[in-house]
Amino acid sequence: MTPDQIIFLFCAALIVSSALMVVTTRNLVHAALWLVAALFGVAILYGLLQASFLALVQVVVYIGAIAILFIFAVMLTRREMRDKGPQINQNWVISALLALLTFAGLAYILSSWDGFSRTAKALPAGVDPLMVLGKALVSPDAFVLPFEVASILLLAALVGAVYIATSSKE
Amino acid sequence: MTFWNDPINFIAGWLRSVFMGWGLAAGPTNVITSLIGIIVMILFAMLIAIALVWVERKVVARFQDRLGPNRIGPFGIFQPFADIVKLIIKEDITPDGADKAVFNMAPVISLASVILIWAIVPLASNIYGVDINVGVLYLVAVGSFGTLSVIMAGWASNNKYALIGAFRMVATMISYEIPMVVALMIPTIIAGTMSVKGITEAQSDLWFVILSPLGLLLFMISAIAELGRSPFDLNEAESEIVAGFHIEYTGMKFGLFYAGELLHAFTFGGFMAVFFFGGYGGFFGLEKLTAFAWLSNPFIELVVFLVKALIGYWIIMWVKYSMPRIRIDHMLTFNWKFLTPLAFVLLMMTALFDNLLAPTQFYVLGMFLSNVVLAWIVIEILRKYSKRERLEHEKNAEPVIQVAHH
Repeated sequence: MTPDQIIFLFCAALIVSSALMVVTTRNLVHAALWLVAALFGVAILYGLLQASFLALVQVVVYIGAIAILFIFAVMLTRREMRDKGPQINQNWVISALLALLTFAGLAYILSSWDGFSRTAKALPAGVDPLMVLGKALVSPDAFVLPFEVASILLLAALVGAVYIATSSKE
Repeated sequence: MTFWNDPINFIAGWLRSVFMGWGLAAGPTNVITSLIGIIVMILFAMLIAIALVWVERKVVARFQDRLGPNRIGPFGIFQPFADIVKLIIKEDITPDGADKAVFNMAPVISLASVILIWAIVPLASNIYGVDINVGVLYLVAVGSFGTLSVIMAGWASNNKYALIGAFRMVATMISYEIPMVVALMIPTIIAGTMSVKGITEAQSDLWFVILSPLGLLLFMISAIAELGRSPFDLNEAESEIVAGFHIEYTGMKFGLFYAGELLHAFTFGGFMAVFFFGGYGGFFGLEKLTAFAWLSNPFIELVVFLVKALIGYWIIMWVKYSMPRIRIDHMLTFNWKFLTPLAFVLLMMTALFDNLLAPTQFYVLGMFLSNVVLAWIVIEILRKYSKRERLEHEKNAEPVIQVAHH
């Protein structure tokens, strides 16, 4: 096993176990913190795949902004941080079965793919993936249209949020 | 490659040959050597933190017209060790109703968020942890762990003051992250790379502070806010909320927060040097002359970097100990209505002028003058605004009652 594989296994275990903790823990702030751990594991996975930009954006956006807003919202809205109701209903057997079946199906399909057992190729020397990504985002032959549409969508959401926040005052 | 030209790689190569000599394969050898490198870098950062305790106490004493620690060793230089012993033997108290796991993890994450930055600090041209092509973004990403640790500490302490302190700190950090990111984009645009080593090398002839003095100012203000130091130290305003988010921490757990804060300030001083003052290099091309070739020796570069970082740290301390704390609404208004718009205007201006003027010989002059003009416009707008506010205030104020004298 290469060191990369050991790190991958460690991270996969971290992601799966913390994702499980997110839904099973009764304390809402703990759930948010476990979510941070899961998201951090995903960032490490991006790093292993040599997508350093994505890894850091994952940390900045998901941990730095979204998870912290989650924690804030939970702290400010709930007086009692503990969930008292039952966590599962009687359908849990069927859903567990379905989840297992989906996993088995995905694993089966992926195992017949020839990329399944290959390790990631090293990037060719002299190529800066960040430069390639940046140019692709603003190049007319690549992703300039989706990029701009997404930014207009975000702007519209921002304007909407400001409108809702100000109109409630009157 | 000798020890004097490339010390870290020389030692790493020697270690590799030792491990290979013991019969280890190449893979484990690389892993073990890298781990040793990581531990050495962390130890170096922590040793600096110990020294900073003395520097901070001595400098604050001078600002407040005192002598500072002067009993233990010459100039009190061994005071930090006495401090450490004191912190270690203090009783470790966990408050009732605290969330134990989160409470204990918060100081660790707080210090880790600072230590993680040291992975990319370019101490010299060949003494650094790793040179990644997204170094600038890394600096911002790691800062979000600091925010997280503050929330964890404030919430897990089960203390109202701690929670209020954490809320204030997070409000500061989230708001001032925006001008900081934008200010960091300015050296990125001028250097054409996000790697901190690349930015340092781009300044070998000219420091970026000359091309973008406003960028330095923006970075410095937002860095001080990000550190939660005065005048932005609302998170630990002792007259209102006692000590803020670390109120319940005792002994070495408090020590971790304290060491993390000092090291963070020093690190930001270092990054001020990296982004605007040429980092470990920036001798204005002097090192290319044969008579001054010794300037590119890694040990000289290390000393240059540490001196520049200390100067940056000293400026941060200077601001901290001579400015009063500002009110929270003023702080947020200052950020959202002044700093953020200014940062965006400066970013657009820098990008435009960098593109237009780069091929011409007016590049340096044009960049500098555009900054000066923008600063002048901003000061004029502020003057008009404050005048209008003052007139408004005077109109609404109670008329002064003249007391008749007999």
